[in-house]
Amino acid sequence: MTEDSAVVEREKAAGAGAKSSETFSKEDYRRAYEDMLLIRRFEEKAGQLYGMGLIGGFCHLYIGQEAVVVGAQMAMQEGDQVITGYRDHGHMLATGMEPKGVMAELTGRSSGYSKGKGGSMHMFSVEKNFFGGHGIVGAQVSLGTGIAFSNRYRENGAVCLTYFGDGAANQGQVYESFNMAKLWSLPVVYMIENNKYGMGTSVARASSNTNLSQRGASFEIPGEQVDGMAVETVRAAVGRALAHARAGKGPYILEMLTYRYRGHSMSDPAKYRTRDEVNEYRQKHDPIDHVREILLSKHKVPEDDIKAIDKRVREEINAAAEFAQSEPEPDPAELWTDVVR
Amino acid sequence: MPTQILMPALSPTMEEGKLAKWLKSVGDAVAPGDVIAEIETDKATMEVEAVDEGTLGKILVAEGTEGVPVNQPIAVLLAEGESEADIDEAASGGGAKAPAKEEAPKAEASTGSVPDPSAEQRAKLPPPPAAPGGTEFPDDQPDEPDYPAGTEMRQMTVREALRDAMAEEMRRDEDVFLMGEEVAEYQGAYKVSQGLLDEFSARRVIDTPITEHGFTGVGVGAAFAGLKPIVEFMTFNFAMQAIDQIINSAAKTHYMSGGFIKCQIVFRGPNGAAARVAAQHSQDYAAWYAHVPGHRVIQPYSAADAKGLLKAAIRDPNPVIFLENEILYGHSFDVPVDDDFVLPIGKAKVERKGTDVTIVSFGIGMTYAMKAAEELAGMGISAEVINLRTLRPLDIDTVIRSVRKTNRCVTVEEAFPTCSISSEIGFQVMTHAFDFLDAPVMRITGKDVPMPYAANLEKLALPTVADVIDAVKAVTYTN
Repeated sequence: MTEDSAVVEREKAAGAGAKSSETFSKEDYRRAYEDMLLIRRFEEKAGQLYGMGLIGGFCHLYIGQEAVVVGAQMAMQEGDQVITGYRDHGHMLATGMEPKGVMAELTGRSSGYSKGKGGSMHMFSVEKNFFGGHGIVGAQVSLGTGIAFSNRYRENGAVCLTYFGDGAANQGQVYESFNMAKLWSLPVVYMIENNKYGMGTSVARASSNTNLSQRGASFEIPGEQVDGMAVETVRAAVGRALAHARAGKGPYILEMLTYRYRGHSMSDPAKYRTRDEVNEYRQKHDPIDHVREILLSKHKVPEDDIKAIDKRVREEINAAAEFAQSEPEPDPAELWTDVVR
Repeated sequence: MPTQILMPALSPTMEEGKLAKWLKSVGDAVAPGDVIAEIETDKATMEVEAVDEGTLGKILVAEGTEGVPVNQPIAVLLAEGESEADIDEAASGGGAKAPAKEEAPKAEASTGSVPDPSAEQRAKLPPPPAAPGGTEFPDDQPDEPDYPAGTEMRQMTVREALRDAMAEEMRRDEDVFLMGEEVAEYQGAYKVSQGLLDEFSARRVIDTPITEHGFTGVGVGAAFAGLKPIVEFMTFNFAMQAIDQIINSAAKTHYMSGGFIKCQIVFRGPNGAAARVAAQHSQDYAAWYAHVPGHRVIQPYSAADAKGLLKAAIRDPNPVIFLENEILYGHSFDVPVDDDFVLPIGKAKVERKGTDVTIVSFGIGMTYAMKAAEELAGMGISAEVINLRTLRPLDIDTVIRSVRKTNRCVTVEEAFPTCSISSEIGFQVMTHAFDFLDAPVMRITGKDVPMPYAANLEKLALPTVADVIDAVKAVTYTN
């Protein structure tokens, strides 16, 4: 897919979801703004701490893609589960996991969500129905299908939102999972976050058919492309997909057309794309600016109210960063624990 | 108070870099996410983005400067209402809003190569949890029988024992289910799941497509969500397609989650050589799985092993690799008549008492070991035969106690020799019974070649009873 046709696809998808903004209330926009901003500020802070040597290893930032997880979360019901790959900080914060616990895991401290043993790519919260956090590209697709299997086995009415990227969309086990999900009518929504690059390789250079929403066609799984930069459009699409899966009709694929502003991981020099391309998205399609503009112009929210949200979010993130640096490292005895039960 | 902007690290190993270019000038407004500078290392060029909002008050490191250490202040950012007058204080280090290097905990202070753990940390590290039985190897341990004397016994095949174990556990626990290729309508490729579909319905006995990687991931996901799957592989040779899910997802997630995610799942099926099926269908994976922490590995020999250990595996809260053998499926043994007959995981069994040599084996290797012991008895050599049963955790205690008594050890298995279970036994015996040994430990294994198809070559590739007898003669210096 060329640059231009990708934008056209995205805008076409946006057009289809135009009605969704009418059902998105002022309060919805306010909440979406705050939730997306929390992720943005968290990731900026994580990038800063990484730059200071306080976060090690791999650190994949979610900046630019915030509308996807926030919109999806707004459509979910209590009990629905989430599973994703390694670019997972945004998903965790969207499910309501504490920024403090996530940041402390990034710095490898005992108060982190995995007691410092998992790091950026491996965090979980049974309480928030977040099943990770997986470092092997595509593995979470089969795992998420298995969580959906458990929903059907127990007839609990829950749906598992299974996220993966445009890169993972080419993995073989994705199609093995699609087949079983449809064959057994499992309640799963596959959320393909197409941010245009699998590490440094563009979708067009890795995928014979770049319309990833149709990747379930041979299994008769319905799919659609969605403007992943518009939170109201995301919520509406995920709502439709969840209803489909919950009604026993089986899986549904949503391809979220989105964009990551930062490199694949912190140590990515990003030479595979131009600064102009990044700036185009930042300046014209930013999901947070989009919501901020609607709050100010359509809903006449005073600028001071927006600034108050900005301030509160910044304080929460600063507190998380301080917590993540002041908490102790795991006790040496933790080396031996949690290997087996 | 003005905020210092510090020289960032691009990677955990970066210690310094070149400040290649400033993209903002003093007096420019800066918003979070704005690119303010470019830095270079020998590996890459990266952009420095602002984290805080403000005005660029002062540039402390000019563009083109090489060798700028990570975390050195490179600029000062003024917040609303601050002026240049506030800068001196910030530049002197007093006003760093972002925690400066010296405030970072000691262990994190170096952004360079990974530091050795401090002596203090090493001193606080306790020894690893003891293996079952500990490391004292007292030689007066009473033998614990698998079942009380007088228990009613019934003869059955390994195949029937495995089926009964699954059926009993599925009756006992609604969360247990069986999935795999041909397990339901076909009644199992080797008829191990005979009758289960009729009793438990298609909801709990599930035929999967031929997609090992995918259905293994589905099983593991279901286990994360609290179900207790039994995943059958038609053979463990096919589980190589799924080994990423078995190791990276099932065995590691409990640890990686700090103990918050549980994965109660059994992976079972025939393992190792069958007959005349050539290299791709004949491998023994015992050593592969036993190598990895985070799960348990069991390889039963008798029907009683199969029943008692499979029931234990299904009840165990960890992933369990349960390695069966196609040839043993049809062998008959006595099994206690008891719906609650469960054997302990991690406990070896002394199958035959002896005094002159210890033969250590497991699974189908036990058939060679037992026949050899019988023939050796006729030659006046008393062999003690240990059936390991569990390969992780390995019951090394039972082996060491025996070797300290017999002073000689021979291992028997069908797998390849290199990095095998035999290798591990040899090492452990060397460590814990060095002074007790009267001869080097010997191993009888499959040959170090892919399994050939031709009948004569296949026989040559596998161990024989004669090989075991010859090894025992060698370690006992018998002609």
